[in-house]
Amino acid sequence: MDAEAAKLIGAGIACIGMGGAGVGVGIIFGNFLQGALRNPTEAPKQFGNLIFGFAVTEALGIFSLLIALLLLFVRL
Amino acid sequence: MSNDPIHQFHINPISPPIHLGAVDATFTNASLFMVAGVAVASGFMAWAMRSQALVPNRAQSVAEIGYGFIHGMVKDAAGEEGVKRFFPFVFTLFTFIFMANMLGMFPYWFAPTSQIIVTATMALMVFFTVLIIGIGKNGFKFLKLFVPSGVPIYILPFVVLIEIISFFSRPLSHAVRLWANVLAGHLVLKVFAGFVPMMAAAGGLVLVGSILPLTMTVALYALEFLVAFLQAYVFALLTCIYLNDALHPGH
Repeated sequence: MDAEAAKLIGAGIACIGMGGAGVGVGIIFGNFLQGALRNPTEAPKQFGNLIFGFAVTEALGIFSLLIALLLLFVRL
Repeated sequence: MSNDPIHQFHINPISPPIHLGAVDATFTNASLFMVAGVAVASGFMAWAMRSQALVPNRAQSVAEIGYGFIHGMVKDAAGEEGVKRFFPFVFTLFTFIFMANMLGMFPYWFAPTSQIIVTATMALMVFFTVLIIGIGKNGFKFLKLFVPSGVPIYILPFVVLIEIISFFSRPLSHAVRLWANVLAGHLVLKVFAGFVPMMAAAGGLVLVGSILPLTMTVALYALEFLVAFLQAYVFALLTCIYLNDALHPGH
């Protein structure tokens, strides 16, 4: 296979990893909403934890996007 | 190619080349927007707080709310001692990243945080601050950071290994998160904006359909403003959490 074509396919495959991060972020915000609706007065105090969990989870998706971008745009 | 989405991240010198020894200190568009961000942030703070009234006017309220917001965040994540030692550092980081992201949102302007060298510099600054303050304050007790309490002895070696790996991958994820978010956001904006003239040029029914990517661009723009703030907040919050490890290494 042509190296250029393999790069493009690799970039596509790398983006699959972002789906997992999507699931993770969904779980975090979904569970936060569940907890927040049960106990709304306590919810604002957990905003920092929410964003921290979101950031750590999202980083993994960003890593796979990074691999895709490197494959697409970096000329060796 | 005018439609090249990566073109917006090119660094162009805007002054004659300046070399300080081996360092290339040429003033570029990236340096211009970093200086502009610092100037706007400090200028606004100085201007808003000029009267220091007991009952603040609107500008002073904005400055005080921003200050109080970061103050509360540092206090929650790193405690009173963290506020005393690190508040100026965290507040500076937050304001700088926030201004850099926001100035980058203007069309044709440059987002310095889309360069990994900028975010990596800040992340390494935080990393070495944690190392130096942590070891200086706690000595060998700093190594307790890698040994969580209450872990059964037979899996402790693996946990310690994982803790060490996660500690040293922190600057990487810290830098890459901000950089990749800004980079990806600007790329997606440019790609969707590129669809509009492409579809409009096709004419006919496709021309009518070009309203869709246009709407999408506007919606993404709103999202990017959220991301610009959120990533500055996340960077500052993680900085606080890491600095808290330096002050209190026991889990």
